[in-house]
Amino acid sequence: MAAGGSKKVLPGFNLTLGYTLLYLGLVVLIPLSALVLKTFTLSWDQFWTAISSPRVLASYRLTFGASFLAALVNVVFGLLVAWVLVRYSFPGKRIVDALVDLPFALPTAVAGIALSTLYAPQGWLGHLLLPLGLRVAFTPAGIVVAMMFVSLPFIVRTVQPVIDDLDAEQEEAAHLMGASAWQIFWRISFPAILPSLLTGFALAFARCLSEYGSIIFIAGNKPMISEIVPLLIVAQLDQFDYQGATAIGTLMLGVSFLLLLTINLLQAWVRRRQNG
Amino acid sequence: MTADIAVSHVSRSFGAHKVLDDVSLTVAPGELLALLGPSGSGKTTLLRLIAGLDQPDSGRITIGDIDASSRKPKERGVGFVFQHYALFRHMSVFENIAFPLRVRKAGKTEIRARVVELLRLIQLEALAKRYPSQLSGGQRQRVALARALASQPRVLLLDEPFGALDAVVRRDLRRWLHHLHREMNITTIFVTHDQEEAFELADRVVIMQQGRISQQGTPMDIYRQPANIFVHEFLGESNRIACHVVDLKVRADAGYFLGQTDGADGAATAFVRPHQIAVRPSASGPWRVAQIASSGTHARLTLAWQETRLESGMTADALLAAGLAVGTPVDIAFTGGAVFREGGAPSALQNQPEEKSVSDIGRTQLSVL
Amino acid sequence: MVRILLITTALLVMVLFLVLPLLTVFIQALSAGFGAYVAAIVDPNVTAAIGLTLLIAAIAVPANLVFGIVASWCIARFRFPGRSVLLTLIDLPFSISPVVAGLLEVLLFGLNGLLGPFLAAHGVQIIFALPGMVLATIFVTFPFVAREVIPLAQEQGNDEEEAAVTLGASGLQIFWRVSLPKIRWGLFYGVLLCNARAMGEFGAVSVVSGKVFGSTDTLPLAVESLYESYEIQAAFAAASLLALLALATLVLKAALEWWHRDEIAASRPRTSARPQKAA
Repeated sequence: MAAGGSKKVLPGFNLTLGYTLLYLGLVVLIPLSALVLKTFTLSWDQFWTAISSPRVLASYRLTFGASFLAALVNVVFGLLVAWVLVRYSFPGKRIVDALVDLPFALPTAVAGIALSTLYAPQGWLGHLLLPLGLRVAFTPAGIVVAMMFVSLPFIVRTVQPVIDDLDAEQEEAAHLMGASAWQIFWRISFPAILPSLLTGFALAFARCLSEYGSIIFIAGNKPMISEIVPLLIVAQLDQFDYQGATAIGTLMLGVSFLLLLTINLLQAWVRRRQNG
Repeated sequence: MTADIAVSHVSRSFGAHKVLDDVSLTVAPGELLALLGPSGSGKTTLLRLIAGLDQPDSGRITIGDIDASSRKPKERGVGFVFQHYALFRHMSVFENIAFPLRVRKAGKTEIRARVVELLRLIQLEALAKRYPSQLSGGQRQRVALARALASQPRVLLLDEPFGALDAVVRRDLRRWLHHLHREMNITTIFVTHDQEEAFELADRVVIMQQGRISQQGTPMDIYRQPANIFVHEFLGESNRIACHVVDLKVRADAGYFLGQTDGADGAATAFVRPHQIAVRPSASGPWRVAQIASSGTHARLTLAWQETRLESGMTADALLAAGLAVGTPVDIAFTGGAVFREGGAPSALQNQPEEKSVSDIGRTQLSVL
Repeated sequence: MVRILLITTALLVMVLFLVLPLLTVFIQALSAGFGAYVAAIVDPNVTAAIGLTLLIAAIAVPANLVFGIVASWCIARFRFPGRSVLLTLIDLPFSISPVVAGLLEVLLFGLNGLLGPFLAAHGVQIIFALPGMVLATIFVTFPFVAREVIPLAQEQGNDEEEAAVTLGASGLQIFWRVSLPKIRWGLFYGVLLCNARAMGEFGAVSVVSGKVFGSTDTLPLAVESLYESYEIQAAFAAASLLALLALATLVLKAALEWWHRDEIAASRPRTSARPQKAA
């Protein structure tokens, strides 16, 4: 008599699970544990000093602030692009749709030097903005611009399928009842899109926080002013300040986990709403 | 009669939910057996246990002489047809059917011969190179069947084989499966929730409810003597009439006379099928036709008297011949039915044609239609 | 009309943020003429960087491909406690900053790291050398193939595999003949994205590399080196190669998506009661 459920119908479970866990352990978990272990070699004071010195605090303010702003602005732009791609057809639409993924595919260093050159005072956009008194390159503004570049696709791709699935009949019904286009959008379409918009925002925000390569060329990288957290870690490693790097790295890791959790919860919420 | 398949006291639970509760049945060699029941009755689980796609928590399953409980599916010699066919989407029809043979490393010529033979059997020779996505539902079903038969299994198991098809295709395939079974005489079990299908196809029907067997027998046996209310209602629609039995006479609680039956006096529930209510126009008839619903070849009449509503069914031709319309006063008689008592076996409702009875509402004439 | 306004604004956003940077790369690369462009690319340091990038990708991508395939079998075909935890763990490297990823490797293999003394005693150099860069790249691109294949395999269900079991196939036969063909396009897609990321990775590799231009610089690092030493045109020339890689990735991605649009549409959850578009 075989106990129910202990025998799986398809073969290969033990083998594949074993390999999966082994590879996961070697590649991901052991390096992570190195960080955790190293963190524990720090006393609480050391840890606290490392993550709360003025320079570090300044870089948090900058990184979180810029990420938030970039993700927020991209909510608008991303929604716009996604809406246009779904609802309208125009020549070259396929190309535009494919281009949205460019920041996904383009190496960050390439984006970094391109943005830096573009927005530098002598650059095409830089010298257009100069008379307006807007300096982008080598200022926090440049950081925001670079973050917008890398995070735009996150919002577009998250919102696009939801817009695609919007119920045309609901909108038609509202139209028949006399609602204007804006009212239809604001009262009917937007609430349906909102959850995925939030998810996209969270994804974009998370990406901006951890971004490095695209930003360091256009940022001024001046401590206390335009230095992002990842750069701070690199700077500390260059100076063999492993303690400092570990402490901040752990903090960043914690934030990443929290965001990952939030995003998963948001996505579960979106799924529930869709299937409800 | 040696059983080809024997299921002995099999139970299976998923978590806290007991899906099969001490189920035992046997299948004779060459028999076509239907596992019939509503969703959640455990019939598919039982089929999968026989196939080896799942293991029982307790009990034994024997196929032929082998105790199959510990054997893997491929050692049991079963052919399984899935509800949604499970055809290999990246293989052509030919490759799908050839798969079990290729897996056994049969020779090229042997494979070719067998596949062609099966294609002829399912009448799809012309579609050998097509892919599942290019076939209709009925065609896919036939390919799935051929694939299951390719390795010459001793037992064929079908999980809701026609569930996903539309009515016309379903009827055709039913006939075709029946013919196929006659030809191949292979022990077959199929699972369905469609009572009509089970009764039309199967030699024997096993009715399941909530993990237990409610009744098993030939279709005629079950129809004549449903074991309990569940089976009776599952077989088809009935009028459910609260009644009392006094002195072998059955009278509805609402007042009108039903007929005679055996058994003890007391409270009971009578179940009368629509076609077991004979309706005749009658100027003095206490009943009235309240509503007529026609579904083309058949008609449903709602009969009214005071607060009582009964459903009667007849062919459209009979309706026209009798000249019934909404509002026509009619007289009714019960030509059959079943009387169920609490905790007891059901008894048949009968009416003797000569007997007349007096009801509180005037003369009720009995007629034989 | 609203329509025209919206389309124009959206296009403007796209051009401003995406197209212009891309164009900048090529224009700057060719700013000194085609001859200078070619010269910059065939410069030995740059070709060495190209070689190193290709080598790292050639190791990292297949490794993660195998993992993706194996993990998809284990996770999509079976239910077991801790499955969702496993899925979250697989997604982890995706949400970690590449710099932190590099930091992890340094803390593990660096001189002062966990295994530092052990490695030094055996004369094994990981950080600031190829192995470290490969490991960092594997870490960063770890989830890419799995993320594509696991949902695909889950969506496709186990029916065909179970049918194959009843038809007498062994595990390997089932995998090779039934499962693998089904997840083919997901694998291509995953490999494509994995490769793009592996070749373009900057932050993580930057931390663990020796940053010696000409020997331990990958192409993205070479771009940085050249840019920092004000060899702008050469930097963009090297960058243009990566940009071409990105464009090729996008084209292939779009092609794959178009080829399999029916499968993709079928696997997306419907949010409304609208009838499905005919496949």
